[in-house]
Formats: sequence, C-alpha cells, structure tokens
Amino acid sequence: MSARRSPTARSGARATAVAPPPPPDDAAPTSPEPEAGPRTLTYREACREGIRAAMLADERVFLMGEDVGMYGGCFGVSMGLLEQFGPERIRDTPLSESAFVGAGIGAALGGMRPIVEIMTVNFSLLALDQIMNTAAALQHMSGGQFHVPLVIRMTTGAGRQLAAQHSHSLEGWYGHIPGIRIVAPATIPDAYGMLATALADPDPVLVFEHGGLYNASGELPAGAGAVDLDTAAVRRPGTDLTLITYGGTLPMVLEAAERLAAAGVDAEVLDLRTLRPLDDVAILGSVRRTHRAVVVDEGWRTGSLSAEVAARITEHAFYDLDAPVARVCSAEVPMPYARHLELAALPTLEGVVAAAERVLRGGA
Amino acid sequence: MAVDGGPELVQLLTPEGVLVEHPDFALALDDDEWRTRYEHLVMVRRLDAEATALQRHGELGLWAPCQGQEAAQVGAALAMRPTERIFPTYREHGMAYVRGVDPVTLLGLFRGTTLGGWDPAEHGFNLYTIVIGDQTLHAVGYAMGAQRDGAAEGVLVCFGDGASSQGDVAEAFVYAAVNDAPVVFFCQNNQWAISEPLERQTRIPLFKRAAGYGFPGVRVDGNDVLAVQAVVTAALERARAGRGPTLVEAFTYRMGAHTTSDDPTRYRTTAEGEAWRLKDPIERVRAHIVRSGIADAAWLGEVEQRAEALGEHMRSACRAMPDPAPASMFEHVYADAHPVIDRERQWLVTYLAGFTDAPTAGAGAGVG
Repeated sequence: MSARRSPTARSGARATAVAPPPPPDDAAPTSPEPEAGPRTLTYREACREGIRAAMLADERVFLMGEDVGMYGGCFGVSMGLLEQFGPERIRDTPLSESAFVGAGIGAALGGMRPIVEIMTVNFSLLALDQIMNTAAALQHMSGGQFHVPLVIRMTTGAGRQLAAQHSHSLEGWYGHIPGIRIVAPATIPDAYGMLATALADPDPVLVFEHGGLYNASGELPAGAGAVDLDTAAVRRPGTDLTLITYGGTLPMVLEAAERLAAAGVDAEVLDLRTLRPLDDVAILGSVRRTHRAVVVDEGWRTGSLSAEVAARITEHAFYDLDAPVARVCSAEVPMPYARHLELAALPTLEGVVAAAERVLRGGA
Repeated sequence: MAVDGGPELVQLLTPEGVLVEHPDFALALDDDEWRTRYEHLVMVRRLDAEATALQRHGELGLWAPCQGQEAAQVGAALAMRPTERIFPTYREHGMAYVRGVDPVTLLGLFRGTTLGGWDPAEHGFNLYTIVIGDQTLHAVGYAMGAQRDGAAEGVLVCFGDGASSQGDVAEAFVYAAVNDAPVVFFCQNNQWAISEPLERQTRIPLFKRAAGYGFPGVRVDGNDVLAVQAVVTAALERARAGRGPTLVEAFTYRMGAHTTSDDPTRYRTTAEGEAWRLKDPIERVRAHIVRSGIADAAWLGEVEQRAEALGEHMRSACRAMPDPAPASMFEHVYADAHPVIDRERQWLVTYLAGFTDAPTAGAGAGVG
C-alpha cells in the first residue's frame, strides 16, 4: 500500500503528535465532500457512499474483509468499490477473523486508517481477543503511546432467517468495553456520515449496521457529511412518553409512535445512535419532559443495553418518573431459524404499543 | 483458476472412466460394489437437486448444495466402519445419505421444523455444524476419547478450503498432532469460499500444510470415488493403529452456489465450470461400469427411477412438515426448567391465547 506513514507512537497529548504528514490531521474529521443536492439512497448505498467518500478523501483509508471485493460484500455494501479502488485498497481476506482484525490494528498503528468488515457480529467473536484485549486496551497498556484508529463495521441483528449463529445483536456486549466507541446508524444520513467521524477518531470505533435496514431507503440531504458520534437524536418529538431505541428497531418504533398518535398518545422517539458513550443528557432530558420511558432493544433483556439505559434513568431521573421504565427485547433464546419463530422472538410493533400503553397506565 | 490437481494428485479412476494404478494406493471393487457407488452418487445428486429446487420454491429457508462433491463424500463415508464417527460441516448430504439419514430429515433442518434432526449415535454421523471449522476441534476431542477408551477407532472430520484459514483448524491440527489423535482431517477443497478463490486462502497445496504440523498429508482426486475411498481407508488404518492424524485434501469443485443465498456468476467464470464439468464424479463411474459390462442401460434406467422416486418422496414429505408451535422456541435453551425461559414462555402463550384466530406468529416475547 502506498499510504504515507504517520507516527502513532507518541508522547503527550493528541495535539502534540509528531508531524503526521497530511492528509489529514489525527484530530480533524475527514469530511466527505458534500453532495450537490438531496439524494434518495438505500441504507446499503449510504454505507457504500460513506466508504467511497472516505477513501477518496484520505488515501490511508482501505477496506478489508471476507468477500468485500469481487462479490461486493455478503450484504452488497462494497459493490463496485473494487472496480474503483483496486485490490490494494479493497482487500479480500482469508477466512481468518482474528487475523484481519489484528492486521487492521497493526495497520492502524502504522498510520493507516483501516475499515475492517466482519460479515456478521457473531463472527466478530472469533476476533474478540483482538478487539477487546488489544484494540480497546492498547492506549492504556502503552501509557498513551499508541492509539488504534481502527474502524470495524459489522452486520448485526435478525429478521433474515439466518438462525442462531448469524443473527444476534451483540452490540450491547461491546458497549460494555472501555476504550472503544460503539455506534449504530439507523438513518440514511448516519449510515453515510458516521464513518468519516469514526475514521477520524483516534480510538477504535465499532459500527453496527443492522441487516434489516440495508434495503430501507431515505433521503441524504444536500451537503450531508460527517456527523457527530456523541449525541442521541430525537427522531419524533412528543410529550406523553419516550420510546428509546437504536439501530434496526428505529423504523418499527417510529411506526409504533404513529399508531399511538392515532390513539391520542404523543410519543417521543429517541434514537441513541451512539451506544458507548450513551448520551445521558438526551436520555434524561427526554424522560424528565415525558415522565415515562419504554426502551426497545433487539438484544436479550438480561444484562442488556436496555438494562443500562433503564438503570441510568432510575439512578438519575427516578423522581421524574410517573411509571416504571418498561423494556421490549428479544426472547432470551438462541435466535430461531423458522420464519414465524424468529418473528415471535423479536420485538414487534404490537409489543412496543402494548408496553407503551402499560406505562401510560402507570405500569399496571 | 484451479482445475488441475497437480502431479501429487492420487487418482485411480480417470475422468474418462479408465482405471489407473498408483504406487501407494489401490482398491479393488466387485461389480456389486461398483453399482452401489454409482447408485449412491446418483441418489445424492438427485436429493441435492431436489432440495435446491424446494428452496427455490420457498419450501426451505436455505440449502447448501453439494453438487460436484458427491464422490468425495460417498467415497470417504464408505471408507469408514459404521461405528466410526463423522463430523460434518453443513454440506455433507452425501455422507448423510450413506449413513442412512433420511434426506427428508435434512430438509426438516433447512426448513426450520427440526433442530438437529437425527441421532448422531445411531448414524455415527454428528450434527451439521454451521460455524466454519468449529467441528475440527470437536472431532479431535472425540478422537482423544476413543484413544483413551483403547478403541481401534478412527474419526473423520470434514471442513473446506475456506475453513483452512480459521484459527480453530490450525489449533485442531496442533492438538491432534501432539496427542496422536486418531482423526482424519478430510478437507474438501471445492476451490471457493463463497466468493473467495483458493488463492485467497493458501499459497501452497493445502495437503502440504500437514508437514508443518508433523503428520502426513495427501491430495486425492475428490471427484474419484475409488481414490477417495482408498486414501481415506489408509488414513483411517493409520489412525486406528495409534499413529495419529492425517490430512486428506479432496480436490474437487463446488458446482453450485455456496448456499442458495449467493450467486456464483458474480465471482467466477462459466469456463471454469465447464472445465470441471469434464471431471464430473458421476460420469466417470458410469463410463467405467458401462464399458466394463458391470451395468447395462436397463439397470441405469432403474437407478434413474429410484432417484425420481426419492425426489417425489422429498417433495411431498417436505410440504407436509408442520410448522412448530411458537412456544417451541423456548425448548432446549436449558436442559431443565429455567425461570427466565418459563416466564417468557408463559407470556407468549398467554398473549397468543388472546387471539380468537390462534395466530402462528405472535408479537415479541420480551415485554415485561
């Protein structure tokens, strides 16, 4: 690869990094070039355009993973990128998850800005040692001498009949780990714009793309570019209760809010966007306004991200609540393969509405 | 593209159906044994084609076709004693057939009506493993158990060229080698791991990797049912004698898709498929048995009829499989009753009972 090498072994604060040759500076986001006008894209296309823009903006960026080249990725995200950027920058890997994540760490340490694609979150477990014991810990273990500007993208979630070893939502697990940032784009602008910010982050960032969203389409506004990775977003303002969710369940929760609206209930929908760190200000601010909360999380309930959100609300906004926090999660079973069983195991619109109604009744 | 297996390829029956000799491996079959092999190959191809068609008709969620790999699977399974355990991937429909697993049972697995589906002990055939290369370690552990029992017993574990890049497989090689585990690592190199060609996994022939771990490796023509049986038989004898593992690389070709969810025309050429079609595992057996008078047209026709009957049996039995009840998803999470599972099952059952039309798909089970 031809990219310039920027020293990543540094002493002192990030701003004092020793003369990394441009582009770009470690601390400066590599914003994709703004597009001329609004465009309608699928989530898959938005992910792809985000990668394309990042690669055009910074020659240190490259993509590697299984089937990302000729095949265009198992979920079609990288279609056409091999033709544009060539095999040096769109790299098909052996079936060695630990190796290509570890190599991504090494490349990041050497000054590159790797995007590693792991086919599904379940496969990331083969690379968990590299992710947790190395990527997340190296900044600490080196006394700040090394940082790991690595981005790992992976598909998460169920709904496509891929059974109990390809369908889980483990982003909540990853949200447990200090040293990494966890994001879950749920909208077209986030699918496009989170990547640039993630690449500019000096720490490892894990991007969870929900497999059920790839075919969803929406508008990428004119001038869309890098987006922040620090805040949650109110996707629907409301006054009567807060529906808190992220990623693949956002469209369904918005639909549930519309159904509640038809029954005269004005629900606010909060998209967490970033799962670590959680945006406490947004979560608590919304709950203090509405006094009721339902957390919707495709992960398993026990020890889940939804548990963390509910705990924070209880810790910091208990006296603002008019009802106990409710949660809607997946059934605590390995994800079934049969279509109707899988649907029965996942959070549903009816389940969200029922939980909201119960919270509105005071939790009874 | 990899079509030629190179000078070290063990072959006993050429693609033209001519028997050839090899200095290290030999196997003589009588006429009945030849006919059995031919019939197995035809039946396996038919069951695979039928299942692929059923998936296309929406009757199965997925199918992993084994077309092109029939000889590798049938030959290896026939090399084993019925009591010896096979650890398959998810594509060993040919081995399942030889081991007496009803193809309809395989359909149940891919239709989502059964989990597991067959008794591994009854068939000496472990359950399908989806996680790539995972089973190599399980097989080594199982083989070490046989070793401790003092049984003169071999174990065969299947994996593919893609799996050869997995850490689990490397660790299985290490563990089997240092423990002299009586295991045969049976790698069906079908040239493709979804879209990734063999060149993405290795720069030396896979069988040569064995030398680095300290046990023998052999490359056999995976489309030659006779050679596969001969080579696997020798590897098993070595295992039974307490001399440790062998890597057998069956050089073959996945004629179909990785699974029914991918489209191989996106990543490989039709010329490659045509080149491999000339090495078809069934045609060479047919050529041999016809030319040598082991089978005549009438018998070949009977086999076709039996294959057609199998297809019809699979179609009707598949469509008749009932959907499992929604609450069945709570079975088999734990061996015994569990408070979380019991609570969620109760919630779902109560929820579903609230519908007058008894739906089969309920709302999420996780409200509470």
